[in-house]
Amino acid sequence: MSVATMTHDPVHGLEVTDNPGPAPKRIVTGYGFWIFILSDMVMFSCFFAAFAVLSGQTAGGPHGAELFNLKNVAIETGCLLLSSFTCGMASIAADLRNRFWFQVAMAVTCALGLAFLRIEFREFADLVARGAGPSRSAFLSAFFTLVGCHGLHVSAGVLWLLTMMAQVFAKGFRADIQRRILCFALFWHALDIIWVAVFSVVYLLGSAA
Amino acid sequence: MSDTRELHQAGLAPGDEEGVGVRFRVLGYLVGLALAILLTATSFFVAGTNLVWQPSIPVAIIVLAIAQMGVHLVFFLHITTGVDNTNNVMALAFGLLIVFLVIGGSLWIMDHLNQNMMPIDQLMRMQR
Amino acid sequence: MLGKLTWAAIPFDQPIPLVAGAVVLVAILAVLVWVVVKGHLPYLWDEWITSVDHKRIGVMYVLLASVMLLRGFSDAIMMRAQQAVAFQSPGFLPPEHYNQIFSAHGTIMIFFVAMPFVIGLMNLVVPLQLGVRDVAFPTLNSVGFWLTATGALLVNVSLVVGEFARTGWLPYPPLSELTYSPGVGVDYYLWSLEISGVGTLVAGVNLVTTVLKIRTKGMNYLRMPMFCWTTLASNLLIIAAFPILTATLAMLILDRYLGFHFFTNEAGGNMMMFMNLIWAWGHPEVYILVLPAFGIFSEVVSTFSGKPLFGYRSMVLATMVICILSFMVWLHHFFTMGAGADVNAIFGIASMIIAVPTGVKIYNWLFTMYGGRIRFATPMLWSIGFMVTFILGGLTGVLMAVPPADFLLHNSLFLIAHFHNVIIGGVLFGAFAGYTYWFPKAFGFKLHEGLGKAAFWFWLVGFYVAFMPLYAVGFLGMTRRMQHYDVPEWRPWLMLASVGAVVILIGIIFQIAQLVVSIRDREELRDHTGDPWDGRSLEWATSSPPPVFNFAVLPDVSGEDAYWAQKVRAKQPANADEPHYEAIEMPRNSPTGFVCAFFATVTGFALIWHIWWMVIAGLIGAFATFVVFAWRDHDEYEIPAEEVARIDRANISDRRDMISAAGSV
Repeated sequence: MSVATMTHDPVHGLEVTDNPGPAPKRIVTGYGFWIFILSDMVMFSCFFAAFAVLSGQTAGGPHGAELFNLKNVAIETGCLLLSSFTCGMASIAADLRNRFWFQVAMAVTCALGLAFLRIEFREFADLVARGAGPSRSAFLSAFFTLVGCHGLHVSAGVLWLLTMMAQVFAKGFRADIQRRILCFALFWHALDIIWVAVFSVVYLLGSAA
Repeated sequence: MSDTRELHQAGLAPGDEEGVGVRFRVLGYLVGLALAILLTATSFFVAGTNLVWQPSIPVAIIVLAIAQMGVHLVFFLHITTGVDNTNNVMALAFGLLIVFLVIGGSLWIMDHLNQNMMPIDQLMRMQR
Repeated sequence: MLGKLTWAAIPFDQPIPLVAGAVVLVAILAVLVWVVVKGHLPYLWDEWITSVDHKRIGVMYVLLASVMLLRGFSDAIMMRAQQAVAFQSPGFLPPEHYNQIFSAHGTIMIFFVAMPFVIGLMNLVVPLQLGVRDVAFPTLNSVGFWLTATGALLVNVSLVVGEFARTGWLPYPPLSELTYSPGVGVDYYLWSLEISGVGTLVAGVNLVTTVLKIRTKGMNYLRMPMFCWTTLASNLLIIAAFPILTATLAMLILDRYLGFHFFTNEAGGNMMMFMNLIWAWGHPEVYILVLPAFGIFSEVVSTFSGKPLFGYRSMVLATMVICILSFMVWLHHFFTMGAGADVNAIFGIASMIIAVPTGVKIYNWLFTMYGGRIRFATPMLWSIGFMVTFILGGLTGVLMAVPPADFLLHNSLFLIAHFHNVIIGGVLFGAFAGYTYWFPKAFGFKLHEGLGKAAFWFWLVGFYVAFMPLYAVGFLGMTRRMQHYDVPEWRPWLMLASVGAVVILIGIIFQIAQLVVSIRDREELRDHTGDPWDGRSLEWATSSPPPVFNFAVLPDVSGEDAYWAQKVRAKQPANADEPHYEAIEMPRNSPTGFVCAFFATVTGFALIWHIWWMVIAGLIGAFATFVVFAWRDHDEYEIPAEEVARIDRANISDRRDMISAAGSV
């Protein structure tokens, strides 16, 4: 059933490789989730577009250069980047079915994710306290929405991460749990890619302006 | 787990690597991490420095960002140009096309609209 | 305790919604009581509500669409009636009410009739055409359906608890902002669509993955039926476009709920960005609707012409070109908004170019019919009706793609006539063609042919009588959405249009009659062969209705180009020997979809009425549902080989009896 057959296509005079049948579950699940991630990227692109259009609309209020603390952004970036690396280590551990290293790598990923969220939350709270909350101007609305949406995704990712740790702890590396770990890793890496765009476009370009 | 080693007709799942050894895989992630750190540091440097011709800074930052996204895609997500990755790359290409259309199109359209239309606060003042 | 919700939310002072709501409520209760008393509830729960079978889910989608068609059509009848009488008179619908009616009409027809109809047909048919057992993610499929149902439910609840939006089917700011729409109407709209939008996205992911990764042995891309190609294109568009809708509505939600300034008049908001983004979704949306209809016509036309589809590869190319181009024309929905000549020109030209691949398709269908032996069964009638009607509608579209012309016609009744022309002539006729074509496959008996033909003719004539006058009155300068008017030249056309609406109503009555009579006479209309139309693709190679596993042994269609030969080979195993039966693993039914949607309804309702504790409870419930689902140990059940063999032998012998009795293959 898994043997690929080559047949002669008389109409076009070609040797075509016939479809071998429905793909294995891991590929199906992974691909479906990959497409979902791409749809999520399109959603983020709307928030990016809104941010780009509204970035000048400060309504007499503060703009980016006055508000952004690039040192914090650098730390956040470092946290997420390292967490991508540790997530990769967790993926490898899962493939090798090594419970200990999997849980360790995931725990470190979780800690780094939480560190990121803590810095971001404090940044938001600080901005609101200074009167630069999202209802102050269109620019700030766009900023809070874009960066906040990413933060929400990271929070959901942390919840998912903890759920995966619990699942592996309770049920080991069953096939369906392996597929979910694959999806989680895709999600986590995608979030880091979005963050690259965020810190570049929002913070770095916003500060230089 | 054996699913990944099955026929490559169906392609690889996104995020899966061809059967390579553990050390090679860890090395891949390390290289990716190092490149990403390098690109990030360069971005931050470029943003704040006076050593670069100022008008080029936005372009430089965007180029560095795109490069880093590429690093993530290749080293962390294992998106390659191999035959078994075709579906994944096609999907990514489609997604990127849409992203560029939405962002680029919106910027182009909104820029024209903003140029041609009266600013809202002026319009509202006319209502009074 | 209950946020903004008070007894004043129920429209005791408005007789029309009050009576309508009461009647519907009584009807629903009556049905529920009958179901429970007759003991059908366990059957419904086990076989339908918790089903993850794509065939069942497809049927439920179509059922939802049909019911909502009645609701949306009632809104249409009310609008036509109002416009027929409201000449120099206030009519019988005050503006506050009339505005909700046209908003609900559009919202329901697009999101809860057209979308579920095409998604339902794609769900039902595509796995069968691909020769496989189910879609890629069966439980997710159920979740998607029930979330769509949640959206429909919320919109209908707004009729009796609160109000609906008064902004039209796309809630343009600043009218839709809190300042100018302080009530719950816009919130009903927003949450209903955000929730059902998730459901649609889920269906999109499911169907793309299915078409790309789950096909039977030998089913290469260029051997797939045309309906599968259009499914692929349409669902790629869903994945690409619906996130835009989600994001844009989210921004409006943030403006209304948290005082953000994306689209407000103050603090730098830019209302035109809403138009830009919403139409970046809105244009692909109409192609999401029409592409599956094109696929249905490809299937129907080739079957009832007795010929393979003409120009298969050019059809595939045209479909994928339409898919990409549909993302490059969206500004034509707001030419008049001030983008300027160069922007307008580019998008105008692109809008004209996109007519070309559609033209290619029309020619291919015509050449398929040419030289064929055409049978004018009901599905074919719908297809021919489509060809004439859609071409007319498309032409008026290309006319409006010229920006100077659009400056005169934008938001006039000419526009209304155009889009109803293409949506009814294209999407709805396609849905009806698909419904009559695949009904026997889903239920095992055909629909009554005479009543089907009557329904078609009344719909066709009714459509032209209802909408051609609107082109005229659009040229005479009438703007859309008018609750009353005082231009005498318009009146005769509007009265004629209301006659057309009544003719369509008769068509709908015939469709209901057709269904009732067909169920009553189902034994005479029974399809014993699984192939009542002499079809050309794999869904006709299994029984009607198919067993839960679709095919006892997945067909092997290697080495063949023609669907016809595929089907013939697949129907008759080599040497008529029995195939080797193996045990089949099928996904287990699950209440996940239904329960998830329940919590989504609770959360949505609570968000609308600002009942914050209920929001949190609903979200926790939804998360708990997900965790429970993630924790289950058994997601499949096995059908033993003997059982598979027994079912298959019964089906084959049934078919062989009928075939030998009929004397032909």
